[in-house]
Amino acid sequence: MTITSAPVTGTSTKTWSGRSIPRKEDGRLVQGQGAFVDDGGMHGQGHAWFVRSPYAHARIVSIDCEPALAMEGVYTVLTGEEAKAMCQAPFFAIAPPPGSLMQEWPLAVGKVRYQGDAVAVVLADSRETARDAAERVIVEYEPLTPVIDPVAAADPAAPLLYEDAGTNVAWHGLFDYGDVDWALENADYVVKLDRLHFHRFTSSPLECNGAVVHFDRGTGVVNVLSNYQMPMFAAMVVGPTIGVPMNKFNFVSKDIGGAFGIKIGFYPQIAALALLSKKAGRPAKWTEYRTEHMLTAGHGNERTFLDVEVPVMADGTILGFKVRAFDDAGAYLHYEPLGAVIWSQVVPGCYKLKHVRVDYTEVVSNKCPVVPNRGYSRMQHLWLVERIVDVVAHELNLDPVDVRKRNYVQPEDYPYETPNGCIYDSGDLPRSLDIALELAHVDEWRQRQRELGTGSGRRIGIGIGSTLDSGTNNFGQSRIINPELPFSGNGEAAFVKLDLFGEINVNLGTTPQGQGHETTAAQVVADILGVTPEDVNVTTGFNQANNAYVGFSGTYASQFAVSGLGAAMGAARKLRHQIVKLAAFALQADEEEIELEGGMARVRGSEERSIPFIGLSNMVYTNNAGLPASLLEECDLNARYVYVPPFEVPDSVAKTGNLTLTYASQVHVCVIEVDEETGEVKVLEYAAVDDCGNRINPLVVQGQVHGATGLGIAASLYESLDYDESGQLQQPSFYEYHVGTAMDIPHVECGDIESPSPFTPNGAKGMGEGGGAPLHAVCAAIQDALGSGGPVVSDSHNHWARVYDLLHRAPAAPRGVEVVRRTTGSDSDVASL
Amino acid sequence: MSERGISHAVTVEVNGEKVSRIVAARQLLVHFIRDTLGLTGTHIGCDTGNCGACSVIVNGKLVKSCMILAPQVDGATIETVEGLADGGSLSPLQEAFHRYHALQCGYCTPGMLMSATYLLRQNPHPTDQEIRRGIRGNICRCTGYVNIVKAIRAASQEQLSGSRPEPTAVSEEV
Repeated sequence: MTITSAPVTGTSTKTWSGRSIPRKEDGRLVQGQGAFVDDGGMHGQGHAWFVRSPYAHARIVSIDCEPALAMEGVYTVLTGEEAKAMCQAPFFAIAPPPGSLMQEWPLAVGKVRYQGDAVAVVLADSRETARDAAERVIVEYEPLTPVIDPVAAADPAAPLLYEDAGTNVAWHGLFDYGDVDWALENADYVVKLDRLHFHRFTSSPLECNGAVVHFDRGTGVVNVLSNYQMPMFAAMVVGPTIGVPMNKFNFVSKDIGGAFGIKIGFYPQIAALALLSKKAGRPAKWTEYRTEHMLTAGHGNERTFLDVEVPVMADGTILGFKVRAFDDAGAYLHYEPLGAVIWSQVVPGCYKLKHVRVDYTEVVSNKCPVVPNRGYSRMQHLWLVERIVDVVAHELNLDPVDVRKRNYVQPEDYPYETPNGCIYDSGDLPRSLDIALELAHVDEWRQRQRELGTGSGRRIGIGIGSTLDSGTNNFGQSRIINPELPFSGNGEAAFVKLDLFGEINVNLGTTPQGQGHETTAAQVVADILGVTPEDVNVTTGFNQANNAYVGFSGTYASQFAVSGLGAAMGAARKLRHQIVKLAAFALQADEEEIELEGGMARVRGSEERSIPFIGLSNMVYTNNAGLPASLLEECDLNARYVYVPPFEVPDSVAKTGNLTLTYASQVHVCVIEVDEETGEVKVLEYAAVDDCGNRINPLVVQGQVHGATGLGIAASLYESLDYDESGQLQQPSFYEYHVGTAMDIPHVECGDIESPSPFTPNGAKGMGEGGGAPLHAVCAAIQDALGSGGPVVSDSHNHWARVYDLLHRAPAAPRGVEVVRRTTGSDSDVASL
Repeated sequence: MSERGISHAVTVEVNGEKVSRIVAARQLLVHFIRDTLGLTGTHIGCDTGNCGACSVIVNGKLVKSCMILAPQVDGATIETVEGLADGGSLSPLQEAFHRYHALQCGYCTPGMLMSATYLLRQNPHPTDQEIRRGIRGNICRCTGYVNIVKAIRAASQEQLSGSRPEPTAVSEEV
C-alpha cells in the first residue's frame, strides 16, 4: 500500500483551548441541514398520538377504542391497562416509602392525576389519521376533587392522589446545620418573612420532545431515536419496566433543539412507544406538539417558603436562617424527589451563613409533573437566600452592596466548606460585583434615581443577583433522599481514535443541545494531539453503539467542561501515548524524543525523521505483519477513557458531604424603570459577570450566559404557569405563555473573571444553567424601586399586575416582613412593622 | 401513507425549482415543505403562529408556514433556508450568524434567518431597535437574542461597505 497523503493537514502553533473559535456545528445548522428528531424516521413507521385527560383528577370508568380502530389507516390503540399487562414493574422509584408507593406506569392506570395525563396511545399511518383517531377513543371519567395548593396538599385531610401511599407527601426531611436556635437568640435582629413563593415556569425548548421507537421482534433490540438528553438514565428506568436489558437498547440522538433539563422528563412516553411498537409490529414515531408540551412535558419546580426567620447582627452580618419549604412535584415523581436534596448543593448561597435549618416537604399535586429545568432546584433556593439578603439590607437601612460584600465568601476563603460539607472551589465574588456595578453604570443610575424623585409617575430600581452554578453532581446525594439507592459519584466517557487513514475521530457520551461540544472537544483534543480543531471530527450526538457512555452520560447539570472534556482529554492522552510509542518504534527513537505537530509524529530536532498519522494507522490496521505483538497489543489506536470526579459517599443521616465538584458564580446587576400607572417593568440596563474558571471557548461561555440571562428575565417578568382551582393550566400554548421575545429581553453586557478550579482536569468549571440570577436581580430591583417601607417582593414572578399591586398596596396592609430587635438579656421588641 | 378527504394539486417554485404535488386540503404549508418536499430545514416550534421557526418567504413576503394551508400557495414562489446559500458560499447573514455565535441549538435559526433576510430586504440598514422589531415574531430560547442582533447588524453593515471583516479578528474580541 502506498501512502499518498495525510488527511490531517493543519499545524498547531498555539493552543486552541481558551480561544473563541466559531463553532464547527454552525455550518449545517445555518443551512437547514441539522438532523433533528422529527426530520428522521424509520421504514414502515406508524405515527403515534396520545389520548390525554381533560380532567386534573378523575377515575377512568371505561375506555372504548372501537370507534378509533374502525377508522381506515389506524394500526392499533394501546390503553393504560394493556400497557401495564405488558410490563414487569412500575417505573423505578427514587423515593423510599411513602413516595415509592406513588407508582407510575407508561400510561395512566385506573385514574388520571393531571390535565394531559395519557390514558391511551393510537398508532396510524399518518399524523393526521392518528390525531383524528385519538378523538374517537371514548373515555368515560368520574371527576375527583383536584389538589392544587402544595401546602394544602400536605394536610392529612386533603384528597389523595395515590390512595396506596395514604398521603400526598412524597418526601420530608429536616436539614439542620450549625445552631440556628442559638443564632436567633443571640442576634441583634431577627428578620421574619411570612411567605415567599418561587413560581412554576418552563424554559421550554423550541423543539418539543420526540422519538421514533422500534421494538425489533427479530433481535429483541429496542431502537430509540430521540432527543432525550440523559439516554442511559431513560434506559435504566424504562428497561426494568418493559423487560428490556441494557444490551438490547440502542439509544441514538442527533441534533437536539434545546432541552434545558426538560428533556429528562419523557421516559414514560418512550416506554409507551416501545410497547406500542411491540404491539403493532412496526416503528412508532411521535412528535410532541406545543400544547402537549406545555401541558405534559414537565415544568420547573414550584416552591413555597413559609416562616422564614433570619438572625442578623447590627453590622449586617447574617448568621443564617430557618425556613419551612414546600416543593410541588406535580402528579408523578419523574426525577423527584431528587430536587429535595439538589438544592442543598448551595445551602448558604454565595454567603458565609453558618446556621441554616430547612424543613423540607415535597408533595404531589394534580398538576404537570416537574422535571429538572435550567438551574434545577438550586435556583429556587438561591432565590430564597438572595431575597433574604436583599430584604435584610432594605429593612435595616443598609446598603445592599455592602451587605452582600460583608457576607460573601471571600476570595481568600477558598476552598470554602459550607455548613453541610460542600466545597466551594474558587471565586472572587466581591470583584465580580464591582465589575457588574460598573458595567451597569450603577453610579449614574443612582443619580438619575434621585433626580427622578416623586411625582414623575416613574421609578428607577437597581437590583443585584448573586448566584452559583454548581456543576458535576455527586449522585451519592440521592442517598440523602433514600439511603438504599445504589448510586454515588459521577462519570463520563469518551472515545478518541486514529481512524484507518490517520483521521482523528471523537465520540462523546453527551447529548449537546447547543452547547458546542463538537467545537470545544475538538479544541482540547487538538491541543493534545498537535493538530487543529478542523482536523478533529467529533461525532454528532449520542449513539449507544459507540460505547462512549456510562450510567450518568448525557448533557445536564452544568458539567460538560469538567466531565465531558475531562473524558475527551483523558482519551486523547491515551491515544497520544500510543501514537508516541508507535512512532518511537517506527522512527527508532526514544519516546521522550517524539513530538506531535501538524498530524505528524517526529523526532525533536531532526525534522526529516517523521511519520504522518496515516503511516501509524497503516502499521496498526492494514500492515501489521512482523510488528512486535506487545506493541500491537498496547497500541490499537482506539482510546476510551472514563473521567470520574473525586467524590466520597455523603453522610445520609447528617445530610452532609461534597455534593458537587465545581461552583461557577454569576453576579448580575439589573436597572429597571417601573411605570406607577400600569406596573409595567422595563429593563434599562443589564450586566452579568461570569466566573467559571478557565474557559475553553469564551465565545461559547458567553453565549450560555446570554441564554441563561434571557430565560431568567423572561421567567421573572413574563413566563408563569398557573392552574385554576379545577386544575386547568392557564397557559397551555405560546399564545397564552408569553415567551420572551427580542422586544422583551434587553441587551446584556457581559464581564468575566477566571478563577480556575483546583479540582478539575483543565481548571474549568461546568456552567450554563446560570443559577437563575435574573430572577434574583429583577426582584431586588423591584424592591429597590418600591423604596423604604414598601412591601416585600415575595414572588419570583412579577408581571405588571403584581407590580401594580406592590406599588399601590395600602400603607396599613401587611408588608410581609417583621423586624424584631433583640436587646441582650431582656425581652425583644418589635422595631418596625 | 394515505391521505383521506379532499385533495388539491399544488404547483410551486421552491428555491428556484418547480414542483407539483397532490396534497390533502387540510395540509399545512409547513408540513408540505417538510414532509412532502423533504425540506426539513424549516422547523415547527409551536402550533399558534407565535414562534416563527417555520418562517419562509412566499412571493416576497415573510410567512409563518404553520399558519397557511398548502393549497393556498398554489402558483407561488417560496424561499426556504435551504435556498439561502449561493452555491457553496453562505449568505452574509448565515456567515454572520456563524461568526458572532448567533445560534446555539440551531432550531430557531432557519426561521430567524428567513426573518432577517426579509428584514434586510425591506430595510438594508436597520437600527438595533428595528432589528429587534423585525425578529420579534421569532422565538429563540438559547441566545437571549444578544448575538442575533449583533449578527444581523454586522451583516447589514457588510451590505453597506461591501466587505467582510476577518472572521477570527472579530471572534477573538470576546
